[in-house]
Amino acid sequence: MSSKSLGGAGIKAFIKKYAMMLVFVVIVIFFTIMTDGIFLQPRNLSNLFRQMAIIGVLATGMSLVIVSGNIDLSVGTFLGFVSGLASAGMVWWNWRTPAAILLGILVGVVVGFLHGMLIAYLKLPAFITTLGTQFVFRGGLLGVIKGQTVAPLHESFVFIGQGYLARSVGWIIAIVATVLFIISVFNRRKKNKQLGIQSNPIGKDIVKIIAFIVVVFVFVYLMNIYEGIPVPTLILLGLSLLYTFIAEKTTFGRSVYAIGGNSMAAQYAGINVNRVITVVYMLSGALSAVAGLIMAARLNAGSPQSGLFMETDAIASAVIGGISMAGGTGKVYGALFGALLMASLDNGMSMMNVETFWQYIVKGAVLVLAVLFDIQSKSKK
Amino acid sequence: MPNNEATNTNQTIDRNSVILEMKDITKTFPGVVALSDVNFCLRTGTVHAICGENGAGKSTLIKVLSGVHPTGSYEGEIIVNSEPKVFNSVKDAEEVGIVCIHQELVLVPELTVAENMFLGHQPNHRGVIDRARLFQETQDLLVRLGINKEDAPPDILATDIIGDLSVGKQQLVEIAKALSKDCRILILDEPTSALTESEADVLLDIIRGLRERGISSIYISHKLDEVMEIADDVTIIRDGQYIGTKPKSDIKKSDIIAMMVGRELTNQFPEVDHERGKVRFEIKNYNVYRPGTDRKLIDNISFQARQGEVLGVSGLMGSGRTELFSSICGILPNRSEGEVYLDGELLNIKSPNDAIKNGIYYLTEDRNRYGLVLNMSVLENITLSSLKKVSKAGVLDRDKEVAYSNEYVDKINIKTASNDVKVSTLSGGNRQKVAIAKSLLTDPKVLILDEPTRGIDVGAKYEIYTIIHELVNEGVVVIVISSEMEEILGLSDRILVFSAGRLGGEIDISDASQVEIMKMATGFESDG
Ligand SMILES: Nc1ncnc2c1ncn2[C@@H]1O[C@H](COP(=O)(O)OP(=O)(O)OP(=O)(O)O)[C@@H](O)[C@H]1O
Ligand SMILES: [Mg+2]
Repeated sequence: MSSKSLGGAGIKAFIKKYAMMLVFVVIVIFFTIMTDGIFLQPRNLSNLFRQMAIIGVLATGMSLVIVSGNIDLSVGTFLGFVSGLASAGMVWWNWRTPAAILLGILVGVVVGFLHGMLIAYLKLPAFITTLGTQFVFRGGLLGVIKGQTVAPLHESFVFIGQGYLARSVGWIIAIVATVLFIISVFNRRKKNKQLGIQSNPIGKDIVKIIAFIVVVFVFVYLMNIYEGIPVPTLILLGLSLLYTFIAEKTTFGRSVYAIGGNSMAAQYAGINVNRVITVVYMLSGALSAVAGLIMAARLNAGSPQSGLFMETDAIASAVIGGISMAGGTGKVYGALFGALLMASLDNGMSMMNVETFWQYIVKGAVLVLAVLFDIQSKSKK
Repeated sequence: MPNNEATNTNQTIDRNSVILEMKDITKTFPGVVALSDVNFCLRTGTVHAICGENGAGKSTLIKVLSGVHPTGSYEGEIIVNSEPKVFNSVKDAEEVGIVCIHQELVLVPELTVAENMFLGHQPNHRGVIDRARLFQETQDLLVRLGINKEDAPPDILATDIIGDLSVGKQQLVEIAKALSKDCRILILDEPTSALTESEADVLLDIIRGLRERGISSIYISHKLDEVMEIADDVTIIRDGQYIGTKPKSDIKKSDIIAMMVGRELTNQFPEVDHERGKVRFEIKNYNVYRPGTDRKLIDNISFQARQGEVLGVSGLMGSGRTELFSSICGILPNRSEGEVYLDGELLNIKSPNDAIKNGIYYLTEDRNRYGLVLNMSVLENITLSSLKKVSKAGVLDRDKEVAYSNEYVDKINIKTASNDVKVSTLSGGNRQKVAIAKSLLTDPKVLILDEPTRGIDVGAKYEIYTIIHELVNEGVVVIVISSEMEEILGLSDRILVFSAGRLGGEIDISDASQVEIMKMATGFESDG
């Protein structure tokens, strides 16, 4: 009797753990059927991944903010502001591409620093503070581009949003990534052995390696059928990798998780809580700026509409990716999956010509559902 | 006894009838067998103590009983009044009168006493809470239990905010809450571990009063003197195994210890001689103010701590011990003034981070709130204060982390399935050991331990005392704040006694006695 109910609990736990994966599969199947298979064609996939890049970069920045037990509602309009600033700079004030990029990121860091001052040091609630700055950046965008669409931008700049890697470069990346992955798996095993820790069964690791190879090579293959790996997608993957490293391998990352888990205990333990939170906002500001630059490059313009409501996508992506609103838990790279899901919704719905108002309703509902699910899985523990 | 007038059951109680039986309870967690075929049998209207080392499975057993672990998540049977029961939730258990006060308190700190007491079943009028009645009923209940005296000003007000009360008072509120439900079996998991002796006495009185009314209690404690004082029967478990049940009249304290640890334990405190050396740590004219006022919480305290001694700090609850040391270490946000010297050098400490950098570590008395990040792993908690030590250029070195945490898990015997499980899965005493490990790993020059052995079993206490002596012999200044008189007397070389925010006195161990310390703590004699 008890073993049976344990089995039931096992299935429940499994569904809980992979619920979002299942939702994703359902979404993909649905869109594939509704678009007669166009949704899954390489051309569309390439487009999908480019769309995902912007949401993904934003969500990656958001992920640590949420892990630290905070929130940032201003990332969407800030993204818009940076895209407008860079566009205006290039079109009206003769900024070169590197200057536009560096200044954009610098503004992101400064804004993050100010957020940190207000939220960490002056103890203003993050929710209200960033709700306010959301409006500030919205105004800033309209002001800086004078309410117009500013175009066209430099070709070299547009490359970061619209460019593709040469096919051969794609393959080289796939091979290098695979080799590095295999080395790291075996290094881990060797380390564990030295430390006397039980490693995964070798079979499991080999399956992992094979899965990795399949995913990487299928991805590159599909992208290469069309034009090659989109540059923004590569930027996203690079940043996600870097952020994962920061979150999991550095003292800073460890501090962020500790603060999100129990900020009092973190402070008692000697962590400089205010400084860590400030740095979290600075990083998130930098990433939002990068997302803004990609956005401008993709549109080849600064537009009054860019970035509007994208904080919704970012927060939803992070939560769908398993980063709990309660703080202190979740993997940064989970945001990639969340972004893929949100981008698929965007992409699929516009291919089906769903009316805009429905798109808003669906995405808002998805955000609420994701949070509901997050809370449920917390309290059932 | 204060609560005799509250007795409303006049029929005689058959204390030999069995109200509750737990049969062959087996409960496993991933990687741990917490209980294996444990039996437990409770007689009506008696107090039944459960003893065992940290991680023996005591809390798990009563979680099974109180529906926290629902039927189906364990094997075995629960029989109440000769009827097998199925508990799918805490509510089910409460319906048959089983109410549990857990080791880790669960009151809502932001709400009032009354709101906490009636959380979920407030007196109401069509859904609108009847506040007058809520407060009145709470007040009545507190009097009925003897927590507040009818003719004296109340100790606890129904309108007090829980977070502002001492842990001892919170504990009493928990009990009042349990009894506001229709309770026939009251379970208390280490209710006195955070109480002072006088608070503990109030609690024991209340339990005796309940016993008179025919309510049975299950009492878990590492304080064996209390067990001997209150229990009718004692059940011992070790490593998840049922060892035996004895009527109290048949056993002595040493028998319980022997059954708990599986061997004789001759001494409670290690015998060590220290060589007293130079002054290393000194506080001069230290004042701490109440928030937003000029009134002093700590009034002009000065003292020295020497190399080669354990400095004990005693005092009643609220005498300012915790406030002083947490202020010194930059934790307490209150305005303060005074000088702190380490090895003759004046320090400027503004945050815990500064204190730790200077080699001063304060280990909090409240492990769950301030001491641990419960959803992080054992390893991550142990290294949390020493991130510099386990990293290079900001990048964590997993090898070092594993090596250090293993070292301490072995050294102070932390019972855990592995280093990578969350601290929230550890037993109360083992959590405390993780917090201690964290403080030790920082290699402090001055280690301030606030109630370090709270919730720790007798055997493990001995091990921790041994470590403290080792540190002292290495030249570390160790300051131990403790409400346990025995611990203060058994461990210290010199004792500071706090009394209402002042230094009530200072006494060498050779002159110290319980009576002497109590005199200083209550401010007789020392007022001159
Ligand atoms: N939720 C859980 N997940 C995994 N292991 C658990 C969980 N709860 C308890 N355990 C394990 O079960 C064992 C018994 O724990 P329990 O809390 O019952 O001990 P205890 O006797 O109450 O100890 P203490 O005196 O320290 O409070 C421990 O090894 C503990 O780590
Ligand atoms: Mg326990």
